[in-house]
Amino acid sequence: MDQQPIISFKNVNKIYNNGTVGLKDINFDIPRGEFLVVVGLSGAGKSTLLRTINRMHEISSGEITIEDEPISSYKGQSLRLLRRKIGMIFQDFNLIKRSTVQRNVLSGRVSYYPTWKSVLNLFSAADKDRAIRALERVNLTEKLYTRADELSGGQQQRVAIARTLMQDPKVILADEPVASLDPLTTQTVMDILKRLNQEDGITVIVNLHSVALARQYADRIVGLRAGAVVYDKEIADVTEADLTKIYQTA
Amino acid sequence: MNMQTTMTNKPEKPVHLNPWRRWSWLIWLILVAGVYTWAITGLHFTGLQESAGSVSKSIVHGLVNPDWAYVYNGSGEDLVSLIIQTLAIALLGTFVSALISVPFAFWAARGEHEWGHLRSGSGKIVLTLIRTFPEIVLAIMFIKAVGPGSYAGVLAVSIHSIGMLGKLFSEAIENMDRGAEEAIVSAGGNSPQVFMLATIPTIMPEFISYTLYRFEIAVRSASILGMVGAGGIGTPMIFAIQTRAWSRVGIILLGIVVMVLLIDTLSEQLRKRLI
Amino acid sequence: MTTPEIPQRSWSQRWHVKGVGWTALLVALLVGSSKMTGVDVGMFFSNFDQFTNLLVRMSQPAWSYVPIIIQPLYETIQMAILGTTIGTVFAVPFAVLAASNLVHNQWLRGIIRLILDLVRTLPDLLLAAIFVAIFGIGSTAGVITLAIFSFGMISKLFYEVIETIDMGPLEAMESVGASKVTIIWYAVLPQIMNQFVSYFLYTLEINVRASTVLGYLGAGGIGVFLQRSLSEFDYNKTAVIILAMLVVVMVIDGVSNHLRRVLL
Repeated sequence: MDQQPIISFKNVNKIYNNGTVGLKDINFDIPRGEFLVVVGLSGAGKSTLLRTINRMHEISSGEITIEDEPISSYKGQSLRLLRRKIGMIFQDFNLIKRSTVQRNVLSGRVSYYPTWKSVLNLFSAADKDRAIRALERVNLTEKLYTRADELSGGQQQRVAIARTLMQDPKVILADEPVASLDPLTTQTVMDILKRLNQEDGITVIVNLHSVALARQYADRIVGLRAGAVVYDKEIADVTEADLTKIYQTA
Repeated sequence: MNMQTTMTNKPEKPVHLNPWRRWSWLIWLILVAGVYTWAITGLHFTGLQESAGSVSKSIVHGLVNPDWAYVYNGSGEDLVSLIIQTLAIALLGTFVSALISVPFAFWAARGEHEWGHLRSGSGKIVLTLIRTFPEIVLAIMFIKAVGPGSYAGVLAVSIHSIGMLGKLFSEAIENMDRGAEEAIVSAGGNSPQVFMLATIPTIMPEFISYTLYRFEIAVRSASILGMVGAGGIGTPMIFAIQTRAWSRVGIILLGIVVMVLLIDTLSEQLRKRLI
Repeated sequence: MTTPEIPQRSWSQRWHVKGVGWTALLVALLVGSSKMTGVDVGMFFSNFDQFTNLLVRMSQPAWSYVPIIIQPLYETIQMAILGTTIGTVFAVPFAVLAASNLVHNQWLRGIIRLILDLVRTLPDLLLAAIFVAIFGIGSTAGVITLAIFSFGMISKLFYEVIETIDMGPLEAMESVGASKVTIIWYAVLPQIMNQFVSYFLYTLEINVRASTVLGYLGAGGIGVFLQRSLSEFDYNKTAVIILAMLVVVMVIDGVSNHLRRVLL
C-alpha cells in the first residue's frame, strides 16, 4: 500500500460562519485501496471531514488533493465528475421512499446522462442491467420492483450501496452507515463494504462512533476529537489507550 | 365569560420573582373586560325583526319538508346538476391553483442562502396578501371580466387558493427531508436533476395531500360563490332564500351537507393512503 | 457470472396500471369540469380590457372614503369577537362530550361528533344568508353566523386537544373519588388552557376574515359597504374598503400571533 495516495489532506482547516471550528489542521494521506475508519464522538467533525472530500462541504484553508489534483478549483461539470468518482452512503440511507428500488438504484447513474434524459427516467437497457448487477452485489435482486419504504433499514442501506455502485466509484464515503441499524444488519452492511474494498479495490472511508466495530473492519483508524486528529494508526498498532483518547475532554 | 376565566387562570405556576408578574392577571382581566365592553356596547342589536319567530318556523317547516322534486328534473338547473357544477368549479380551480402555487411556494420557502430571507420574506407577504383578499370580491371582479357563471367561480378559486396552498407548500418545502437531494448531489447530479429526481418525488405526496385538503375547502367556497353570481349551487340558494322558498332552501342545504360530507370522507381516505 | 434472479413484475406493475388509472381519472375529471364550467381562456383575454379597466379604477383609491368606513370596520371586529366568544362558550361542553378519553359512552360521543361534523359542513356565507332572512339586515345575523361557524370549528380543535392530555393526574383524582366536574376543573383544564386560548385566538383571526365579507349579504360590518360600492360600480371606494380589510386582518393576525407566542 505504499504507492501514491489517492486522497491527501494538507493543513486543512474548516471554520463555520458562526465561528465554530469544524476541522483543525488535518494532515494525512489515504492510500489507494485502503479501508479507513474515522472514529470520534458526535460533533467531533467526522461528517464534515468526510464531506470535504466530495466538496459537499467547503474547507476554509489548506488543500485536499485527489489523485494528485487539488479539488478546490473544480466547478460545475468538473465538480460533478469528481463526485461521480466518489460514492457516498448516509446514516439515513437518503432513498426516495416512495419509489421502487430500481428507480433508486438507477438514480445513482445520473451523472452519465444528459439532463433531459435522466429527468424523463429514460435510462438505457444496459444501465437497467447494470442496476440488477449492482443489486446482486448486495443480494437484493429480488427486491428490484419493491418500493423502498417497504424494506427494512438494513435492506435500504444495501439499496443505497447499490445506487453508489452505479457511479463506478473509486472511493466510497460512508457517513455513519450503520448508526440507524441493529447489530445483525450492521454486520451485513459492513461486510458488504469490506467486500467491495477487497474485491473491487474501492477505497472505503467510513465514519463510525463504535470503536469495537472500527477495530473489526478497519485497515487503519483515524481518531478525531474537536475537529483535530488525535491519532492515526494502522490497525495492528492501535492500543486501548489510543481509543480512549477520543473520549477525553480536551 | 369564557375568555376572562381563561386569562385569570393563566398564571398556573406562580412565579413571584417579579412583583409586576404577580399582578399581571389583573392587567389581563382589565384588558379583556375592556375589549368585551367595547365589543358589546359597539353593536346595536336592533336588527331583530318581529317576524323572526314566524320566519324561523317556516324555515324549520321547509327544512323538514324539502322540495324533493327539485333533486333531479333533467333541466340542468336542478340540484344534482348544480352540485356537480359546484364540484367542477372546486376541482378545476384547485387544480389550476396547485400548479400556480408551486413556483410561489419555492419563492416563499426559506433557503440556506443569506439573501434568501429577502426572497422568502417577500414571497410570504405576497401569499398573505392573496390569502387575505376576499374570495367573493375576486369572484365579482372576474364576473366583470368573463360574465356571470361558473367560469368566474373557477378563476376566483384558482387565484384565492394560491394564498393558502402556496403557504402550505412552502412550509412543506422548508420541512422536507433533504436526504435524497444530498444523495443525488453526491452522485454528481446537476441542479435540474436533483430537482426532478429527488426534490419532486420527495415532496409530491405532501403537495397532493395539501391539494386534496384545499379541495375540501374549495368545495365549501364554490357552493357559496354562486350567491354573487359565480356559478354553482349558491345561485339557486340565494334566490330561494330571497323568495322565501323554504322547502327549496331545505333541499339545497341537504344537498350541500351531503356533498361536503362525501367529499370530506373521500378526500380523507385518499390522504390517509398517501402518507 | 451467473444471471441473477430477477423478480417478475405482475401485469399491473409492468403497465403501471395504478398510475395510468389515476392519471386518466384526473384528466377525465378535469376535462369534464372544464366543459361543464365553460372555461374558455380566450374569453378571459378578449374581455381583458374590462378587467384592466376595473383594476385601473381600483388602483386609484378614494381616500376621502376612509372616515366613513371606520365605524363599520369596528363593527366587523366587534362581531368577530362576540361571535367567536359565544361559539366558544357553546363549544366547550360539546368538546368535552366528544373527547374519547373523557366520555366512554360511544353512542353519546358518536352523536355529538355527527352534530359537529354537520355543523362544519355549512359555509359561513350560507349561514349568513339564512340568518339575515330570520333576523333582518344587521349585525345580529352576523354575530350568530360567526357563533355557529366558530362553534363547529372550536369544538373539533378543542376535543382533539383534550384527547392529547396526560391521563395521569386524572386517574389519580378518579382513584380518590373526585367527581367528574372536579376532575375536569382541576386535572383537565390546567393542562389545556393555553392551547384553548391559542385556538380561540386562531379562530378569531379566521372570523375577522369571514366577518369582513358577511355584510355583503346584509349581515353587518364593512361588507355592507363593499356590496354598496360594487353595485354602484364605485371601484375607487371598493379599493379603499379592500385595503382597509387587509389592514384590519393583518393587525388582528399580528396581535393574535403575538398573544399566542406569549401564551405558549
